[in-house]
Amino acid sequence: MKIIELKETITASNDRDAQNLREELRESGALLINLMASPGAGKTTLLDRTIRDIGTRHRIGIIEADIDSDVDARHLAALGVSAVQAHTDGMCHMDAGMTRAALEELGYGDKDLIFLENVGNLICPAEFDTGAGKNVMILSVPEGDDKPLKYPLMFRTSDVLLITKTDAACIFDFDFDKCEERARKLNPDIRIFRVCAKNGEGMEAWEDWLEEQVRGWRA
Amino acid sequence: MHEMGIVVHLAKTLDEFAKENHVTKIGSVTLSVGEVSGIVTDLFTDAWQYFSRKHPILEGAELRMEVIPAITYCDGCGKTYETATHGRTCPHCGSGETWLVQGNEVIIKEIEAETDDPNAVRN
Repeated sequence: MKIIELKETITASNDRDAQNLREELRESGALLINLMASPGAGKTTLLDRTIRDIGTRHRIGIIEADIDSDVDARHLAALGVSAVQAHTDGMCHMDAGMTRAALEELGYGDKDLIFLENVGNLICPAEFDTGAGKNVMILSVPEGDDKPLKYPLMFRTSDVLLITKTDAACIFDFDFDKCEERARKLNPDIRIFRVCAKNGEGMEAWEDWLEEQVRGWRA
Repeated sequence: MHEMGIVVHLAKTLDEFAKENHVTKIGSVTLSVGEVSGIVTDLFTDAWQYFSRKHPILEGAELRMEVIPAITYCDGCGKTYETATHGRTCPHCGSGETWLVQGNEVIIKEIEAETDDPNAVRN
């Protein structure tokens, strides 16, 4: 036997699959947004509000990834968008292979904006490239402003941080400036929006950003 | 069960490498695992034993793990220190403005293999 040096990251095979998928999506003009957050942070509520606000201007598709059940997919399909439920068979994240399978089931040739609602978890989803064009994370006010310190990789890999449930700030001791400073220290390019999906506050800036990305992806 | 997902990808990466380089048998796989990568080595070994049976090329291959020590850099005083002992606060000056330099990576360092290809290296 001989020794062969690889010096390759353990997820190299997934990284290649993800890159191929991203290029295919770019060619077809479908922007895939990988939405990541803890369980209960409000991923489905945010999507619900976003679809109600800008849904008529886009051809939207939704991939709901969960270990089990299809409650979220059914909830969003009721808004008139196509939604598929991907089950991860016990895995705590989506990878590029699972995302490709879900996209094929959804059909992406006729879509311009697809949301992948990743499994609720701030650790594993950050480690696996799904092939998405943009990574967006949610941190809700009740989770606390210290989360960038505890889950740095998630904040480093995200293009956007949505601080949600801003209407709960009076109940929880949440320091917005401190949280944003911590996030920017990990990722100076991160875009941050403070939003409340329930009362609509701040949603416009997030939706403007989103629509700008859709236009840029197609161009 | 974070380890399982990582092992699945490790197996896939090795499978592809074996095909590209005409590897006929893998004797051992050596990983460099960061001290604070979040991988629990016992769980990782269990997951490896389960998944390596499903990939014929990996069957019987030994898994070796080498630890990469975690080192943190302090913005306050410019010194480095061991992350595992002191965490986020610099032991030299007490500053909390500190950043991990190394220790959260997981790398496939090398494999021991039998190959038909005399120049077996990924291009």
